[in-house]
Amino acid sequence: MKKIRVLVAKPGLDGHDRGAKIVARALRDAGMEVVYTGLHQTADQIVNTAIQEDVDVVGLSLLSGAHMTLFIDVAVLLKEKKMDDVLIVGGGIIPEEDVPALRKAGIAEVFGPGTPVDDIVRYIKKNVKR
Amino acid sequence: MTELSKKVIDGDQRSIARLITLVENNAADAVETMKKIHSHTGNAQVIGVTGVMGSGKSSLIFELALAYRAEGKKVGIIAIDPTSPFSGGALLGDRIRMTELSTDDGVFIRSMGTRGMMGGLTGALYDVVEILDAAGMHVILIETVGVGQDEVDIVKIADTTLVVLVPGLGDSVQTIKAGLMEIADIFVVNKADKPGVEQTIAELESMLDLVGHLDHRTPIVATSAKNKKGIKLLTSKITEHQEYLKKSNAFEIRRRQRYEAELVEIIRKRLMDFIFDEKKLKTTVDSCIDQISKKELDPYSAADQILGKILR
Repeated sequence: MKKIRVLVAKPGLDGHDRGAKIVARALRDAGMEVVYTGLHQTADQIVNTAIQEDVDVVGLSLLSGAHMTLFIDVAVLLKEKKMDDVLIVGGGIIPEEDVPALRKAGIAEVFGPGTPVDDIVRYIKKNVKR
Repeated sequence: MTELSKKVIDGDQRSIARLITLVENNAADAVETMKKIHSHTGNAQVIGVTGVMGSGKSSLIFELALAYRAEGKKVGIIAIDPTSPFSGGALLGDRIRMTELSTDDGVFIRSMGTRGMMGGLTGALYDVVEILDAAGMHVILIETVGVGQDEVDIVKIADTTLVVLVPGLGDSVQTIKAGLMEIADIFVVNKADKPGVEQTIAELESMLDLVGHLDHRTPIVATSAKNKKGIKLLTSKITEHQEYLKKSNAFEIRRRQRYEAELVEIIRKRLMDFIFDEKKLKTTVDSCIDQISKKELDPYSAADQILGKILR
């Protein structure tokens, strides 16, 4: 039986993983298989993990402010490795004005603080590409 | 599909990952590819790592993988975590301890949920071992879910089984219980930086004193994955065990047992699919269940009827 596989990853140097863990747990409870990699991941590590785990979704969480670099690095590298059928979503402290540029770079949706987890589950189920 | 099998045999990571997804989802498209790769298998050394939860299996596997990489060997890792019986979802968190391996081309790690399989393993495990073997991995490390006392199915698939314990798990009676304690080819007492390690080793030794066969006494290795201690000794004990298997005929016997278990599993899956397929036996099965509930039929005669339709 097909299950949605999601990589939840924290790029960069901030150590705030509560949000990522809560989202991981919610996706698990929604019947998805969630690969959780822990803190301080480089774009290379995230993309290699996405390839080996053959995930349908990559969820990035970042609270340090480096999202314009790190989210986009991951998106570019995924595309380079021909993983362009993977849905990329982001979360954390992301200013509203950065969102259009992130969307343009391939981050399909950005979920800010206070987003009900059910919204994230629904979004993924609706938009997963394969 | 021939394309995919070729790429898997060439070791292409994306293709290995795709094929694993196909077998996990039980997709019929995987069968032809699996048929093609079998003749390329049989070279990988399969090491099972099992033990209670929190015993440090992931960290130990990370250290073992580093040691095998230093020898120039390619390493495949299958890390299994439990699937929720309620939601069907799973949180696969074993990679947290293996981050540094994820950018090494000579390592392929796959996290898997148990997906309803009992025994600490996952249904597609035989297939995944075949895939990683065909893809040229020299060593395949399998991490079971954190097990209790009788989840021992790993022995059906591993050449060498490590049972990982930690100090302070219980008294000496625990070590003479059946199940997990009987399947070790090597006992690993991990977290040996913690107090109580001498006592745990002594209890294991006295348990082994009671065991009859003396041609190969199960080694006990104290490790501390955290402090990178004891890993060299452990890999040398694994090598010794492999040599012991190959000198005796035990290696052939174990491989035959694996193929037997794999074959039975494939047949079981196909039978179940056949029995519960709407277009095949599902209606007969449903009407049998109705009759059993009404006491018009007993379950054994119902089974005879159903099997009769398959075996005629």
